[in-house]
Amino acid sequence: MPLFEEGLVHLKEKIHNKEIKASDLIDEAYARINEVDGKVKAFLTLNEEKAREDARLIDESGRAEDTLLFGMPIGIKDNLVTKNLRTTCASHILENFDPLYDATVIDKVRTQKGIIIGKLNMDEFAMGSSTENSGFAATKNPWDLERVPGGSSGGSAAAVAAGEVLFALGSDTGGSIRQPSAFCGVVGMKPTYGRVSRYGLVAFASSLDQVGPITRSVADNAYLLEAIAGVDRYDSTSADVAVPHYSKALTGEIKGLRVAVPKEYLGEGIDESVKDRIKAALRQLENLGAVCEEVSLPHSKYALPAYYIIASSEASANLARFDGVRYGVRADSKDLIEMYKKSRSEGFGDEVKRRIMLGTFALSSGYYDAYYKKAQKVRTLIKRDFEKVLENHDIIVGPTTPTPAFKIGEKLDDPLTMYANDLLTIPVNLAGVPAISLPCGLANGLPVGLQMIARPFGEETLYRAAYAYEQAARFHLTPAIKGASEK
Amino acid sequence: MSNFETIIGLEVHVELKTKTKAFCGCANEFGAPPNTNTCPICLGHPGVLPILNRQAVDYAIKAALALNCEISRETKFDRKNYFYPDNPKAYQISQFDQPIGRNGYIEIEVDGKKKKIGVHRLHLEEDAGKLSHLANGTGSLVDFNRVGTPLIEIVSEADMRTPHEAYAYLEKLKAIMQYIGVSDVKMEEGSLRCDANISIRPYGQKEFGTKTELKNLNSFAFVEKGLAYEEKRQEKILLSGGVVEQETRRYNDATKTTTLMRGKEGSNDYRYFPEPDIIKLKIDQDWIDRIQSEIPELPDSRQKRYVEELGLPDYDAMVLTQTKTMSDFFERAIAEGGDPKLTANWLMGDISAYLNSHYKTIDDVPLTPESLAKLVQLIEKGTISGKIAKKVFKTLIKEGGDPEDIVKAKGLVQISDEGALREIITPILAANQQSVVDYKNGKDRALGFLVGQVMKQSRGKANPKIVNKILLEEIEKVNG
Amino acid sequence: MSRITEDQVKYVAHLARLSFDEEEIKTFTTQLDDIIGFAEQLNELDTEGIEPTTHVLDMYNVMRDDVVEPSLPREEALKNAPDQEDGQFKVPLIMEAD
Repeated sequence: MPLFEEGLVHLKEKIHNKEIKASDLIDEAYARINEVDGKVKAFLTLNEEKAREDARLIDESGRAEDTLLFGMPIGIKDNLVTKNLRTTCASHILENFDPLYDATVIDKVRTQKGIIIGKLNMDEFAMGSSTENSGFAATKNPWDLERVPGGSSGGSAAAVAAGEVLFALGSDTGGSIRQPSAFCGVVGMKPTYGRVSRYGLVAFASSLDQVGPITRSVADNAYLLEAIAGVDRYDSTSADVAVPHYSKALTGEIKGLRVAVPKEYLGEGIDESVKDRIKAALRQLENLGAVCEEVSLPHSKYALPAYYIIASSEASANLARFDGVRYGVRADSKDLIEMYKKSRSEGFGDEVKRRIMLGTFALSSGYYDAYYKKAQKVRTLIKRDFEKVLENHDIIVGPTTPTPAFKIGEKLDDPLTMYANDLLTIPVNLAGVPAISLPCGLANGLPVGLQMIARPFGEETLYRAAYAYEQAARFHLTPAIKGASEK
Repeated sequence: MSNFETIIGLEVHVELKTKTKAFCGCANEFGAPPNTNTCPICLGHPGVLPILNRQAVDYAIKAALALNCEISRETKFDRKNYFYPDNPKAYQISQFDQPIGRNGYIEIEVDGKKKKIGVHRLHLEEDAGKLSHLANGTGSLVDFNRVGTPLIEIVSEADMRTPHEAYAYLEKLKAIMQYIGVSDVKMEEGSLRCDANISIRPYGQKEFGTKTELKNLNSFAFVEKGLAYEEKRQEKILLSGGVVEQETRRYNDATKTTTLMRGKEGSNDYRYFPEPDIIKLKIDQDWIDRIQSEIPELPDSRQKRYVEELGLPDYDAMVLTQTKTMSDFFERAIAEGGDPKLTANWLMGDISAYLNSHYKTIDDVPLTPESLAKLVQLIEKGTISGKIAKKVFKTLIKEGGDPEDIVKAKGLVQISDEGALREIITPILAANQQSVVDYKNGKDRALGFLVGQVMKQSRGKANPKIVNKILLEEIEKVNG
Repeated sequence: MSRITEDQVKYVAHLARLSFDEEEIKTFTTQLDDIIGFAEQLNELDTEGIEPTTHVLDMYNVMRDDVVEPSLPREEALKNAPDQEDGQFKVPLIMEAD
C-alpha cells in the first residue's frame, strides 16, 4: 500500500518511530510523478533537488520535531508565490517569473517542516472550472483521463487523487478548491474569508480569494488548515481570530447537529445521479443523529451573475500589473502602448482576456452603478440569506457541483455553461463563509462531492460533521489511474 | 481693467514625511540611488497586499484639521486604474468618494484684505515612481524609490479670482503644512506639487466659462505667471469671438507661455472601485481629539499675537510667520531677551538678505536665536554700535559663536570714554582745520566728514553720539 | 437586441491595454453581450436601500506602525526586469498620447 494512504498522523508517527524516513515519502512522491504525471499533467514545475535536500536534512536531524507538517510532501498551486521557485499562474505572461518572496502560507509550510514537491497546474490565473484554461497543458482527471479534474485548482486535486503528493494547497474564489476536490474524489476546504493569509496568493478577486487545503482525508485537511491559518500582518484582511486545534473536532460525534438543506441546491439543473448521492448522504447524517431540515436561500440564482461582475471587475485591476515593465514576458514593440497591448494580448489566454474585458466594462464610466455596485448590493442579499439560515442551523448541506466531472472540451466553447458549474460554490465565496467538499460516493464511476457550509470561522463544525460522515460512510475511493474500485 | 472675471482653483499634492511608504515598510526618503528603496509590495509584484501606514493617516487627518476640514467618520480607499510605467500595479490607491477631509478653508491676505478660500476636499493616496526619458530617444527609465510615498491631495474650491490670490493661497498652504510638520513642502524636491484650473467669464455672468488645466508649474512664481498668461490667452480668444477649449496645457518658463498638452478626449476613464485589500477606517472623536491636540499654533494665530501682544506692525508679523522655522527662531530669540522690533528688523533685513543670496534657510546657518538675542542686547546697551554689530553679524551667520566673545576677541567694544575719544579727536581737528572753518561757514557736511575721520581712526569703535558731542564742543571753542 | 457594440468593445480593450483583430472583436462582442445579458437578471431584484458589501467581515482600522523595514537589494528588484539600464527599469518610447 502506498504510504500516502496512511495519512499524516500515521506517517508522522512512523517517522518518529524511525520506521520510515522523510526521504521515503519524497521518493514515493517523485516515483509516482514519474509513473503517472505524463498522463495526469498535474505539475508545472518540480522542486525535486530542494525537496530531497529538505528531506535529507530532516532525516539527518535524527529526531522528529513536533511540527505540524514534519517531513510531509506537499504540492502547491502555482498561484502561490514561492521564492526562487518559478511561479507562473499557468500563464505565459509569467512563464519565467522567479518570485522574490514566499507567500505567507508557504512560509508557514516551511516553518512546519512540510516539503514542497512542486507547483501545480491550474486554470490561468485561477479563472476557470476545468484546468483546460492553463496556458501550458490541460490536467486530466485521474478517475477518467478523458475528463477534466475541475478547476481552477485542478492540478492540486488531481495530484492528491493520483497519489503524487500527500496533500496540496489550492485557492478558491468561486469554488476552485471544492469543485475539483468533488470531481477528483478528495477533500477540499474553502476557509472563512480572512482565515488564511492571502499574502503571496496571486490575486484573482481580492474580496473572494482564499487559500485552502486539498487532502485525501478530513483529518489531514484539519491538520493542514491548522498549519496555514491565522492572522498575518502582511494581509490587512486576515482576521485576528485564534486558530483552534481543528483535529480536536474529529470526534465522530454529531448528535443533534442541525443541518439545513436548501431546496435550491437540490432543484433544477442538478443531475439526478448527484441528487441521489446527496440524499443518501443526508440519510447517513440523520442516522448519526443529525437533524435535517429543508430551508431556502432565495437569492441563490443571483449569485452567479453577481459573482461574474464582482470577480471580473476586481480581476481587471488585479491583472493590470502584468504589463511587461518589471517582470514577466514583454513583447517586442516600438513604443510603450504597443508594448502593453502586445505583451498582454500574447501573454494572456482567452478566458483571462474575456474576464478582464467584462470587468473593465463593468467598471467603466457610466456602467459602474448598473453593474458593479448593483452586484455588490446583491452580494449583501446573498450574505443575509446565509446569515438567516445559519442562525438556526449548524451547517448547510448540499452537492458541491451540479454534475460529476465532464469531458475535456465539452464546455470550452460556451463560457456561460462553464460558469454554471460553479452555481453551488459561488454563493459561499460571496458570503465569505467556510465550506468543505468531501466525497460521498460515485455516480457512473465518477466521484460526487458533498458540500457542507458553516458560519464564519465555523471550520471546526465542518470538520466535526465531515469527519463523522467520512468515518460512517467508509468510502475508500480509488481512481482509475490506480485501478478503479469502490469498496 | 478687463471685462472678464477670472476663476481659479488649485489642486495641490503634498508628500507626507512619514518614515516609511504608505503601504510598505520601505524608507520614504528623497535622493537615494535609483531602485534601492523598493520591495515586492511597492514594485507591485504578484501576490502582494498593501498595509496602511497609521502615521500617514494621522498626518492626513492633521492636515485636514489644520485646513478647517470636516473629518469623514468613516472612510475607505479606492483603486484608480490607469496604465503608466511609473504606476506599478496599474492602479493607484487613492480615495474617491469618501475623502478624509471635506469643506475646509484657508484664509489668505492680499493687498491688506483677508479672504477665505474654500478647501473642497483632502484625501490620502500614494505617489508614483519617477520616469526619466532617455536623450537618445530609445525609451525611458523608471526609478521606483518614490512609488508608494504617501501624498495628500488638496483640492480648493474655485474661489480665487487673481493669479496673485493663487500665489497667496499656496504660500499659506505651504506655511500650514510646515507648521504642522507633515511635509517638507519643498517644490524643488517635488514634495509639494500644484496643478491649476482657470476659466474666465464676463462680469455678472453666473455660469463658469470653460476651464483649462495647467501643469508643469514647478514653483509658486510659475503658478502665478502661468495663470497670468492663461488669463490673457483666454481673454484674447473670447474677445476675438473664439471659444476656449477644455484642455490640459503645459507651462513653459523659457517662453513664459502655456502650450497644449492634451485635449478633452484624452481624459481618462479611471474605473474607480473600492480597494478590497484595505479595511475601511472609522475615525472616532478620540482619534480626532488626539490629532487636534498635536496641532501647534498656526500662522494666522501667531500673526495676530505678534501684532496684539508684541506690538509689531502687521507687515512684520505676516513676514515673520510665513515659515515656521523663521517664526520659531523669532520666538526663541525674544524669549532670550531680544527686543521684538529690533529682532524682527534683523530677521527681515540682514538675515533674510543673507539667506536669500545664499539659498539657505535659517536652519542651515550656525546663527542661533540665543546669539541673535545677545547681539540685539549689546546694541541696546551701547556696548557696540550698529556698524560694529554688522561686523559681528557677519561672523555669527558664517561661523556662529557668542557675540560677546566675538566683540571681545576682535576688540570691537565701543569707545565711549570721553578722554580716550578726545585723544583721537584732537589730532584730527588739528589736521583738518579747513573742515572746521567750512562747518562754521554753514557747510553741515563738514561735520560728517570729521565724524567719519574719527570712526576711521577708531576702526569704527568710537561711540558716534559722544564723538558728535565732543566735536561740536571743540569747534565751538575755535574762534571764527 | 445587443447591449454592447463593437465600438464599445474596442474602447474597453484599449482601456484594458488589450488588442484584438476584427474577428476576435466580433467574438468578444457576442460573448460579452451574452454575459452582460445574463448579468441583467440582477435587475429583477429591488436593491433600494441595500448597502453594497465590499468586505464580508466587520473589521476596521487595520494599520501598521511607521517603522522602516529592509528594502530589496537593487539586483533583486531588477532580477525579473525584461529590460534595464543604469539600475533602472527600461521601457520603450513613450508617445504623448500613451
